[in-house]
Amino acid sequence: MARIDLKSLAHSYFPDPKTDEDYALRRMEHVWEDGGAYALLGPSGCGKTTLLNIISGLLTPSHGQVLFDGKDVTNLAPEERNIAQVFQFPVIYDTMTVYDNLAFPLRNRGIDEKRVDARVREIAGMLDLTGKLKQKARGLGADEKQTISLGRGLVRDDVSAILFDEPLTVIDPHLKWVLRRKLKEIHNKLRPTMVYVTHDQVEALTFADKVVVMYGGKVVQLGTPQELFENPAHTFVGYFIGSPGMNIMDCKIDDGAAWVDGQRIGLSDRHLEAISKQNGKIELGIRPEFLTLDTGDAAKGADGNGIEVNIIKVEDLGQFKIATTRFGASEIKVKLGEDEQVVGQSGILRFAPEWTKLYADSQLVA
Amino acid sequence: MNKITNNKAWFLVLPVFFIVAISAIIPLMTVVNYSVQDIFDPQTRFFVGTEWFEQVLGDSRLHDALLRQIFYTLSVLFIEIPLGIAVALTLPRKGWGVSASMVLLALPLLIPWNVVGTIWQIFGRADIGLGGYVINLMGIDYNYAQNPMDAWITVLVMDVWHWTSLIVLLCYAGLRSIPDAYYQAAKIDGASRWAVFRFIQLPKMQSVLVIGVLLRFMDSFMIYTEPFVLTGGGPGNATTFLSQFLTRMAVGQFDLGPAAAFSLVYFLIILLVCWVFYTVVMNAGKQGEQ
Repeated sequence: MARIDLKSLAHSYFPDPKTDEDYALRRMEHVWEDGGAYALLGPSGCGKTTLLNIISGLLTPSHGQVLFDGKDVTNLAPEERNIAQVFQFPVIYDTMTVYDNLAFPLRNRGIDEKRVDARVREIAGMLDLTGKLKQKARGLGADEKQTISLGRGLVRDDVSAILFDEPLTVIDPHLKWVLRRKLKEIHNKLRPTMVYVTHDQVEALTFADKVVVMYGGKVVQLGTPQELFENPAHTFVGYFIGSPGMNIMDCKIDDGAAWVDGQRIGLSDRHLEAISKQNGKIELGIRPEFLTLDTGDAAKGADGNGIEVNIIKVEDLGQFKIATTRFGASEIKVKLGEDEQVVGQSGILRFAPEWTKLYADSQLVA
Repeated sequence: MNKITNNKAWFLVLPVFFIVAISAIIPLMTVVNYSVQDIFDPQTRFFVGTEWFEQVLGDSRLHDALLRQIFYTLSVLFIEIPLGIAVALTLPRKGWGVSASMVLLALPLLIPWNVVGTIWQIFGRADIGLGGYVINLMGIDYNYAQNPMDAWITVLVMDVWHWTSLIVLLCYAGLRSIPDAYYQAAKIDGASRWAVFRFIQLPKMQSVLVIGVLLRFMDSFMIYTEPFVLTGGGPGNATTFLSQFLTRMAVGQFDLGPAAAFSLVYFLIILLVCWVFYTVVMNAGKQGEQ
């Protein structure tokens, strides 16, 4: 178990990178705590696998250092770093039995058979593999093979960190949920440092204590699931996390308020003060959860504290409804309670000021 | 269950049946026909039953040829298979080296058998051949036309030169199909180089190796052209393998009956060995899957 420090780390696949675009991974500075469960979340090609491979040692970064518990491991090979890694597709040793597969990482390190046996049985128990230990791995299904891969990742108890590279991609949805729970349980029990790469926000938010959101080779936010939801530091985080994602609108600041397509949205003093120091492209963001839509009688007698919108459609998703509304060029989604009624084709959209966020050049201002 | 029977489908099999009949079944039956008769001319022939088989199986010259053949085939397999695997493991995995080595490796495979024989016939000569000259220059008395051992080794080296490429290419194809993640996982699992070979590379090469061993077994067991061109089966009978023995019997002495009987025995040996080998290997792979 170790703390992982990334010191001015950057990586480029080009020998002589010049512009920011040449970097697969932009310069970053992070400390990941010992025993934490971290998820690297981002779309394909955002550099999350590159970052993971740098931590595991399969890739040597072109700039900066990786420290495990303060010790520089930047130039060490994976086997010298004492890490475990689980890959996207099952890697199993076909000719061995399930038992031997699980024992392989231990036996390679010359651990005595008694200890190996105890560990293998413990991990097999956690992953429901006990009944299959004597089988040849070759004949098993993809789910079971990946479970074995997970087991090989977990079997060593002295590792600095366990790294997961989208390990549940090939698993069917029901088992995905079970395995995620198992991983979480194992984490709570053994407290290894875990780094989990995924592009699935549900996976990231349920698995991790801290989520590292990556976009375009940069870490745009590192925070707890709650922080990512309530306080997205970047418009990408707002848009990527949440279902549906945050509503983002171009706006202008004038006369003590934000103006979107000629409509006035009230702001707090806190917003105004912060934004006054900024120039660049200003955007306003608000999550669908923090909007209220008044229709019918409630929309009458509007007090200027909201904007008039057309309602395009309302989707009922069982536990809640999503209303899609439009004013000017902006399309805004609103999350409504299951019992809320939407009457007519238009309504008043009200913004909760404390959840209204302002972004300058995609970065959170207030 | 209502199973639709459509006997018209049999007509679709007919073309294949005719081709196989003409190319394999009819010739084979002709051989069977020869093997049980003593034929003087088309009108004068006698049914002799198993006489030819008994004669052939008791022939000590044939026993010698068979032993020579078995020893030769085993040598070929024991040299070419490990060598082929070893070369395949050292080939580059990317870059220009891949196509360069592919072309180089494919070259011997593209040369016709009799030309291979001629190349080595000249190459091995002490007076005008580079190989033979250099060996003699090193003080070794080498002459494949006189010394049975030299002839034997030359035929063997020739075969290794000609056919190891096939094993290399097959193994290389098997190796290329292993995803990078396997090597990365093995690294992280702390596997030694040997363990990587034993548990990742060898299992992935298994199916191509089975094909490789079968091909090399059959081909080397039937080897004819190269020794025929190189040594003509000599000196003495040192490099007279089964096929050459057979040809001498059939075409040289026109003993069609014994030759036919022997052909069948020959055929059955190859069929039996291939079948046993294939079954054993394939079953070994399936063990413990249920």
